[in-house]
Amino acid sequence: MSQPTPPIPPEDVRSAAEVEDAKLASAQRSYSQGQLVRKRFFAHKPAVVSMAVLVFIILLSVSSIGFSGQGTGWWSKSFSATGLTVDGGRPTMFNAAFLGEHPFGQDSIGRDYFAMVMRGTQQSLLVALGVALSSTFLGVLVGALAGYFRGWIEAVLMRITDVVIVVPLLALAAVFGAYAQGLPGGTLTLALFIGLATWTGTARLVRAEILSLREKEYVAAAIAMGAHPARIILKHMLPNSIGVIVVNATFAIAAAILLETTLSYLGFGVQPPETSLGALIQDNQNAFTTRPWLFWFPGLFIIAIALSVNFIGDGLRDAIDPRQKRSGANRPGWRTAFGLLGRATAEERSGKQVSELSGGPTQMQPPAGMTDHGPDFGHDPTDEKRDS
Amino acid sequence: MYSYVLKRLLSAIAVLFGASLLVFVLVINSGDPLQELRESNAENVEFLIQQRIAFMNLDEPWYSRYWIWLTGIAGCAVGACDFGTNMSGQDVGAMVANSASSTLRLVFIATILSIIIGILTGIVTAIRQYSSLDYAVSFFVFLFFSLPVFWAAVLAKDWMGITYNNWLREPQFSWTQIIIVAVVAAILVPLIIGGSTRRRLLTGAAMFGFVLVVMPLMDSLNYALEPRLGPAVITLLGIGLAFGLTALLSGLKNRRVLYSALTVVGIGLVSYYATFWLLIEPPGGWLTVIGLFLVTIAVAVLVGRTMGGHAKGQAVAVSVITAALFAVMVLLDHFMRAWPGFLGMKPRPIATIGSSSPNFSGDFWEVALDQGTQLVLPTTILMLVSVATYTRYTRSSMLEAVNQDYIRTARAKGVNERTVVFKHAFRNSMIPLTTIVAFDFAGLIGGAVVVEQVFGWSGMGNMFVTGLSNSDPAPVMAFTLITGAAAVLFNLIADLMYAVLDPRIRV
Repeated sequence: MSQPTPPIPPEDVRSAAEVEDAKLASAQRSYSQGQLVRKRFFAHKPAVVSMAVLVFIILLSVSSIGFSGQGTGWWSKSFSATGLTVDGGRPTMFNAAFLGEHPFGQDSIGRDYFAMVMRGTQQSLLVALGVALSSTFLGVLVGALAGYFRGWIEAVLMRITDVVIVVPLLALAAVFGAYAQGLPGGTLTLALFIGLATWTGTARLVRAEILSLREKEYVAAAIAMGAHPARIILKHMLPNSIGVIVVNATFAIAAAILLETTLSYLGFGVQPPETSLGALIQDNQNAFTTRPWLFWFPGLFIIAIALSVNFIGDGLRDAIDPRQKRSGANRPGWRTAFGLLGRATAEERSGKQVSELSGGPTQMQPPAGMTDHGPDFGHDPTDEKRDS
Repeated sequence: MYSYVLKRLLSAIAVLFGASLLVFVLVINSGDPLQELRESNAENVEFLIQQRIAFMNLDEPWYSRYWIWLTGIAGCAVGACDFGTNMSGQDVGAMVANSASSTLRLVFIATILSIIIGILTGIVTAIRQYSSLDYAVSFFVFLFFSLPVFWAAVLAKDWMGITYNNWLREPQFSWTQIIIVAVVAAILVPLIIGGSTRRRLLTGAAMFGFVLVVMPLMDSLNYALEPRLGPAVITLLGIGLAFGLTALLSGLKNRRVLYSALTVVGIGLVSYYATFWLLIEPPGGWLTVIGLFLVTIAVAVLVGRTMGGHAKGQAVAVSVITAALFAVMVLLDHFMRAWPGFLGMKPRPIATIGSSSPNFSGDFWEVALDQGTQLVLPTTILMLVSVATYTRYTRSSMLEAVNQDYIRTARAKGVNERTVVFKHAFRNSMIPLTTIVAFDFAGLIGGAVVVEQVFGWSGMGNMFVTGLSNSDPAPVMAFTLITGAAAVLFNLIADLMYAVLDPRIRV
C-alpha cells in the first residue's frame, strides 16, 4: 500500500472500515491484502475461539481412533466391536480419575460410545467438507459461466438452478441420498451427491458477483488484449470474488453438517455399518429417559461443530469485507450495553447512528438460503477505548 | 401486470416439470421396490409381485411410467387429478387429502407465529443495537442456526411436554420458581424497554413486584386448571391495548386515533356478550369463527375511517390491530372456558405423538384444544430456525434502512422517533423481507418432514419418507409437486408484494 494515507475523518463519522484503516495507518506500516484479512480475522475473538474448538474436535476425532476407526490411534477400542456392558453402560469420565474405561459410556450391545462418537464425528465432518467442496465447485462453475457468457447459456443454467431450487432442499437431498445408497464409494459418494442439491445458493451469489465484475475496466482491458474467457474468469474474476466464495463455503459447511445429520436421522444419509452423529441420535433417541448420555454426546458434538463453523464464517466475513460489518465507531462498551453508563435511550442512540456514515454502498444480496447473512458478532477495536 | 403473472406461471410450470422429471428418475433408480417381496416366504408371493408390478407399472420403461404419472397430473387442469397409486395400491390423491391438512396446519401456524415473533425481535434488537439484549438474541440466533431439529425435538418432548404434564397433576408454583421468574422478568423487561439507568431500575423493581403478586394469586385461583379471563379482564386489557397501540403507532396526542380504538373496544365488549351463546357451540365450526373475525376487522376499518378524520390511515391501522387482538382474547376466553372439561377428558394435555388424540370426541372447543395441544411442541420446534432467520434478516435489513439518507432527512426535519422507526425505516426494510418469507415457507415444509418423523405424525412428510425409502415414486412425486407449487406460488406473491411495497418497481 504505497498510496498516501487518506485523511482520517473525525471519530464519530467513521465507518467500521475507516476505523480499521485508521488504526492500521497509525501503526506506520503497510500491509498486504492477505495480512489485513488475517489481522482482522484474528481480532475477532469468537471466531478465533471457534477455530480452536474446531481444530481440537478434528484432531480428537482423527487421532483417537485413526482413519480406519479400528483403534489405530491412541484410543485402543474399535467403534464396531461389541463387548460386555459395564455398570449399565454409564459414562466413566465423570467419576474415574481421567476418562476411565468408557468415557462416554457404552451402548446397549456394549460398544464403546467414545469410539462411536469419534467415528460419527469423522464421518459427519467428511460429508460436510465433501458437500461444501462439491457444492461450491458446482456453484462457482455455474455462476461464473452464467455471469460471464450471459445470453442463452445464462438462461439455460439459471433455469436449471430454478429447477433445483423449487424442490425443498431437505427433500431433494434426501432423494439424492437415497439414490447414492445404491452406488459404491460410501460416504464420499454420498457427500458428492448431497452437494448436487445444495449448490444453487452459491451459483446465484457468484453470478451476481461476476455480473458486477464484468463492468470493470481491467476485464474490458483483458478482453481487448484477446484473453481467452477461461483466463479472464480464472485469473481476473474469481480471485476478485474469492472473499464471497470463501465466506459462503464456510457457511455451507455448517449447513451441510446439519443436513447430513438430518439425512442420517431420516435414514437417507450414512448407512450402517458406518455411523454418523445423526445416525447415533436416531439409534438412541428412545433411550433418552433411561440412558441419556447416548443421546447427549452426539448432539453436543453436532452443536459444537456447527456453532464453531458459523462463528468462523462470521469472522471471515467481517475480515474479508468489513463494509458488511455494520458496526461503526460508536459501538458501546459493556457498561453502556447494560445501561450503566449514559447515552442509552433509543432517541439518543439512533441519533448517533445517523451520524455514522456507512463505509460505502452496502448492497443487499438476494437471499440464497439462510446461510447468506449469518449472524454477525463483530469485535470492534474501539471497545476498550469506550470502556476506559 | 396480468401478462407478467401469466409469464411467471408458465415458466413456473416448466420449472416444476423439470423438477418432477429429476425427482422421478432419481427415485425409481434409488432401489428395488420388489426387494422385500423377493425375500418373502409368503405362499402367494408370486401373486403379490404381479400385483405390485401392476400398481407401480413396473413392466413399463421409465419414460412411459413418467408419462402415465404426468397425464394423471395433467388431469388437474380439467379438475380430475390423478396422483397415481402407491406400491400397495392406495390412491395417493386420497392419501394427500388425508395428510395435507395436518401438515398445512403445522406449517401455516409455524410460519405466522415465526413471522410475528421474528420481526418483532428483529426490530427491537435493531433499535437497541449493541445492547446486551442484542448480544443475547444474537447468541440464540447462532444457537438455533446450529441446532439439529430432531435433537431439540427429543429434548422438548421431555423438558416441555412431560414436565408440564407432570406439573399439572399438582399445579402449584413453588417459591423458588416464583423468585426465578420474577428475577428473569426484572432483568428482561428493562432490557427491552430501555431508558436511563434510573428508569431501568424502576421498571425492573416494578416487574419483580408484579410477578411476586401475580403468580401466588394465580396459584390461589387454581389458574392452571381453571383459567379464565372474563369480560372485566378482557375489557381492561383491551383498553390497555388501545392506549398502548395508539402511543406506539401515532402518539397519545392524536385523540381521533385513540377514540376510534376505544370505540372498537366498546363494540368488542358488546359483541362479546352478543356472540357468547353463539360461540358456545359454533354452527359450522371454524368457518363461523373466521367469519366473525372478518366481520370484526370490517367493523374496525369502518370505525377507523369514520372517526379517524385527518388521521384516517393511522386510525384504521390502530383499530384493526386492537380489534384483532381483542378477538384473539375473546377466542382465548372461550378456550379457557372449555379447558377444565378438556382436562377431564385428557389429563395429560401436551402430547408427544400424533397430530390428534386417537378416538377423541368432544365439542368444537375440546376438539380444537386437542389439536392445539398436539401442535404445541412440533410448532415450537419447527419455529426455532425460522424465528432465528426472521430475527436476523429483520435486524440487518432495519439497520440497512436506518443508515439511509431518507432516515437522516426525516430526523432532520423533526419527525419523531416513533414515526421514523415504524413509518420510514420499517416499511422500507419490509421489502427484502418478503423474499425471505417466500423462501422460508418452502424451508418450513422441508423442516416439517423431520418434525413429523420425530413426533410420529402421519402427514405429508411421513408420506414422503415412507415412499422414498420404498423407492415408491407416486407419494414422493405428490409431495414434490405440492411443495414445489407452494414455493412457486409464494415466490410469485413475494414479487407482487415488492411492487406494492416499493412503487418504483413495476411488474
